[in-house]
Amino acid sequence: MPFENVVAVHSVTVFRVCRAVVGPADADDAWSETFLSALRTYPELPDNANVEAWLVTIAHRKAIDIVRHYKRIDSSSDVAVEASANVSMSDSTKRELWDSIRSLPDRQRHAVAYHYLGGLPYVEVAKIIGGTTDAARRAAADGIQNLRKTFIPVESKGA
Amino acid sequence: MNRETPTEQVISDLHALTSPRPGTLEGLHRRLEDSAIRANILDVAYTTIDTPVGTLLLAATERGLLRIGFETEGLDKVVNDLSREFSSRVLKSPKRLDVVAFEIDEYFNRRRTSFDLALDFSLSNGFRLLVQQFLSSIAYGTTESYKQVAALVGNPKAVRAVGTACATNPLPIVVPCHRVLRTDGGLGGYLGGLDVKAALLSLESAA
Repeated sequence: MPFENVVAVHSVTVFRVCRAVVGPADADDAWSETFLSALRTYPELPDNANVEAWLVTIAHRKAIDIVRHYKRIDSSSDVAVEASANVSMSDSTKRELWDSIRSLPDRQRHAVAYHYLGGLPYVEVAKIIGGTTDAARRAAADGIQNLRKTFIPVESKGA
Repeated sequence: MNRETPTEQVISDLHALTSPRPGTLEGLHRRLEDSAIRANILDVAYTTIDTPVGTLLLAATERGLLRIGFETEGLDKVVNDLSREFSSRVLKSPKRLDVVAFEIDEYFNRRRTSFDLALDFSLSNGFRLLVQQFLSSIAYGTTESYKQVAALVGNPKAVRAVGTACATNPLPIVVPCHRVLRTDGGLGGYLGGLDVKAALLSLESAA
């Protein structure tokens, strides 16, 4: 498959994963470094490889380099709000969700991003974050549970 | 009072929050093209252009123009073949083809009778390469027969092989295989279809 088709098919998914893992300010850099690195080694990728898992694995490695910076981002800055495409959420709701995502332990944030946004089965998630498949499943479930507790949309507060 | 957000909503909000804005991915694609070119890992850049003989696919390496494809071949198939047989490091990236597109446009507007382009003949070898490299010496508005070309490249018996070399020309229009006809004046064959070959000859004879 020409690499152009790989980009066309996986562009959005990798973008979502990058945003969730490194945050809105560095997502473009993470996406760019992921696909440039992927292009470099693409000819050696076996035909039967899971391309999505391969890309998310590269994105994960790139994210590790970038994520320390993410921890320092002021989520109330306009970057977090303006970089978000969705118009149905209020700015304060966006900020609150970014705060919740950022507060997750790394393993939980990674597991949530790779399973729920990357669409990878837990067996692939486990290969990327380490540990067993069950542990990956628990990390994702704990991550979602933590988001449920900490992310209360402003609109529904006091309802 | 339930102070927990429903799971479904958390997941759908995650999707909403991580969605790209319109234009973001296009911008990232252009950035990828630029970085790939700077890193010398964009083996094949391609684009498509509209011409009087239909949409053409143009593909180039760092060294020069590698392939021109006709709609009749299936433009996706041409890209897939390049990926499989040449290199899978392929991106749609018009910049490398700007000059090619400009010269082809001039050709179809009868403002250009020969091309001044770097050509990459990596897809050809042997006798076919010899014939294809010879074809550029057939002047605009003139024709040769397959038999004449065979004689001119020093292998007068290889008339059929000349026909094959023309039929497998990776750079039609720019490498003018359309200027080679049968000895009786018949059109012979053409990758883009005989109507395209006739249209090119007509364009050139009207100049």
